Amino acid sequence: MRLSTDAAPHFRTNDSTRKVMLDVLIALTPAVIASTWIFGLRALFIMLYSMVLAEGLEYITVRFIRKQKDFKPDFSASVTGLLLGMNLTLGVNWWQILIGVMVSILIAKHAFGGLGQNFFNPALVGRVFLMISFPTAMTTWYQPFYYRNPTIMTAASPLGMLLDQGVDQVLKNYSYWDMFVGKIPGSIGEVCTLALIIGFIYLLIRDRVKVMIPLSYIGTVVVFSSILYLVDPIKFGNPLFHLLTGGLILGALFMATDMVTTPMTAKGEFVFGLGAGVLTVLIRLFGGYPEGVSFSILIMNAFVPLIDDWLKPKIYGTSKGGAKK
Amino acid sequence: MPTFTFKGGVHPPQRKDITRDKEIQSLPVPDVVYLFMTNHVGAPAKPIVKVGDFVKTGQLIGEAANGISANVHSSVTGEVVGIESVINASTGRRDQAIVVKRTSEDQWEYLSHDKDFKKFSKEEIIQIVKDGGVVGLGGAMFPTHIKMIVPNNKVVDYLIINGAECEPYITIDDRMMREKADEIIKGIEILDYVLDPKKIFIGIENNKPEAIEIIRNNVRNNAKIKLVPLQTKYPQGAEKQLITAITKREVPEGGLPIDVGTLVFNVSTIYAIYDAVVNGKPLVERGITISGSGVKRPGNYWFRIGTTVADLLKYVGIVEEDKIDRILYGGPMMGIPISSIDLPTFKGNNAITVLTKEEILKRRTYPCIRCASCVEVCPMGLQPYYLKKLSDARRNDLAEENGILSCIECGACSYICPSNIDLSRSFQTTKKVIQAIQKRRG
Ligand code: SF4
Ligand code: SF4
Repeated sequence: MRLSTDAAPHFRTNDSTRKVMLDVLIALTPAVIASTWIFGLRALFIMLYSMVLAEGLEYITVRFIRKQKDFKPDFSASVTGLLLGMNLTLGVNWWQILIGVMVSILIAKHAFGGLGQNFFNPALVGRVFLMISFPTAMTTWYQPFYYRNPTIMTAASPLGMLLDQGVDQVLKNYSYWDMFVGKIPGSIGEVCTLALIIGFIYLLIRDRVKVMIPLSYIGTVVVFSSILYLVDPIKFGNPLFHLLTGGLILGALFMATDMVTTPMTAKGEFVFGLGAGVLTVLIRLFGGYPEGVSFSILIMNAFVPLIDDWLKPKIYGTSKGGAKK
Repeated sequence: MPTFTFKGGVHPPQRKDITRDKEIQSLPVPDVVYLFMTNHVGAPAKPIVKVGDFVKTGQLIGEAANGISANVHSSVTGEVVGIESVINASTGRRDQAIVVKRTSEDQWEYLSHDKDFKKFSKEEIIQIVKDGGVVGLGGAMFPTHIKMIVPNNKVVDYLIINGAECEPYITIDDRMMREKADEIIKGIEILDYVLDPKKIFIGIENNKPEAIEIIRNNVRNNAKIKLVPLQTKYPQGAEKQLITAITKREVPEGGLPIDVGTLVFNVSTIYAIYDAVVNGKPLVERGITISGSGVKRPGNYWFRIGTTVADLLKYVGIVEEDKIDRILYGGPMMGIPISSIDLPTFKGNNAITVLTKEEILKRRTYPCIRCASCVEVCPMGLQPYYLKKLSDARRNDLAEENGILSCIECGACSYICPSNIDLSRSFQTTKKVIQAIQKRRG
């Protein structure tokens, strides 16, 4: 009788990295649908185009550059591509998207060694690259439902408006309910908070998320912006406003929780969220870009190795976490 | 029912329903047994018989060496036909074994014993346990008499009885508690007499309600013994996790349970202590669960130590050979796969599990995606993903600093990893290397 002598454990979960990624794609679906409703078929096209390009580029890289014969998609590239698409505006064209995807997959992911090896969230690297290279296209915000009324196509984003005209002006144009369901100008996938939350609940149920990060990220933004609100309510806007605009929810729920580029313990996740929250508010209100979410997450990505080293779990039977000092 | 547990852990499928209601049946006495001189951890016993000798069941054939070691007895009545070196999967090398061919019905040779164990002094009881070759039957096989000698500067606050049985498929301890509760309680009383702890806890996972009920009823009138229902979670039965679940104390890194005033004995070990002290029987037979989807008549059995796996499986029947993927000493989480069914059993065998190809998931391995699941489930608070990186890079110094020697090789990390990375196996190897280097340095 031929017996296998593979090492224990002989039982493994019937889970896989591929299923993890598929779950993220499923969780993003409500937001994709909502965005299509708000911004029309062109939005859907941009998201799918970016996703398919990313997976295609992944295939070419793994199969022909890394020469791995049995390529089987793990869908991590699709997640990256879709997230990138959701972070674009309707103002970008096809070759700009192609450049963004190439930066995401080739530079931000594979130049670091491929899946699991990258320090920075690839979708955000792609987005920031496009933002710096094509600032006009990337800040051409389309009006929600512009396709029904093509006379007034574009508008200022609520955050931009806040900086220029103060909070009252913004609230004259958009109610909080509008912001919650996504009837505001903004990046394609970021506007509908409701759909993003529905998707996130799915991830929570499937236990697919480092849950401490969004808690501390959003919590920090709320606390920090509340303090500033008390200082100058007109200039700084109120916490609810900060919560519902500028892609914070998309960033906090889906970009800052990217497994590969975030800390490994709950304490580390807390610090990561705290840092991202403070940076987001600072960049939004005092920096050059109104959209602080992408930058703050990328900056915190860079701190992950340090955070992991600092906040290790406590080893059983010792008073210390990780390495002896 | 409030339950106790430890931090971390996983929930593999249990598959205990297959055998949990099957009464323990005695298997026929085999025609030949192979008795390893290393039927325990520590130094091998020294053979004291030679080829051609006639030996009785329970007769001493291997004498414990100095230090950590244990006696070995013949488990059948017959003739010594060889002293050979045989593959010992539990140590991973070839070990000396005495081969005994059965020639007649059992003629027993007993230890000194008394129904009223209190007629013995504490030292005498420890001597009987030593004479009887009793070792930890939960799988660790640490010589029990050594555990029972408490160093002068230590005290036993808590005596903990391990009835957790957290491995999938295995139900023998469950059956022992349900069928032999009186004997086990008597065994606990013997330990109580010798060790004189302040309190005694019996920890049982709450997936064994009958055992909990029976033991609870049996200890109702003894204020010193407390039954502790444990959450069903793997590795709840690991010594350190059990201690922490029940007492909230943590065994210090590199230390022993006695360092925090605790001692843990498995229920089957307790039974063996009882059998030696009250009935004078050395450890030559024990209970075992033979299960897995490859077994035709899965159940709980009573067998002679040293029986070959082939003889055991002959009795319970197995499915067609080409359907079988692997056969394990133990259960699916920590079980050792055997290369051939002609290998013998040993004292620590609480289960033989036959897994079919259907049960083994064929999964693809991906790179680590830093999902942190392994960190979350590690009961020892380690960072398996990081230790794996260090092991692969042979950074043994860093691996050691990051606690690799604390790894209990439970496999919870490998079990949960969505990328199907063989984490615990690397740690096993790296630990061995580090320990070997440490030894050489003295
Ligand atoms: S095998 Fe070691 S590292 Fe893995 S979970 Fe168990 S104790 Fe932790
Ligand atoms: S469980 Fe596997 S994929 Fe997840 S962090 Fe650990 S090693 Fe990496």
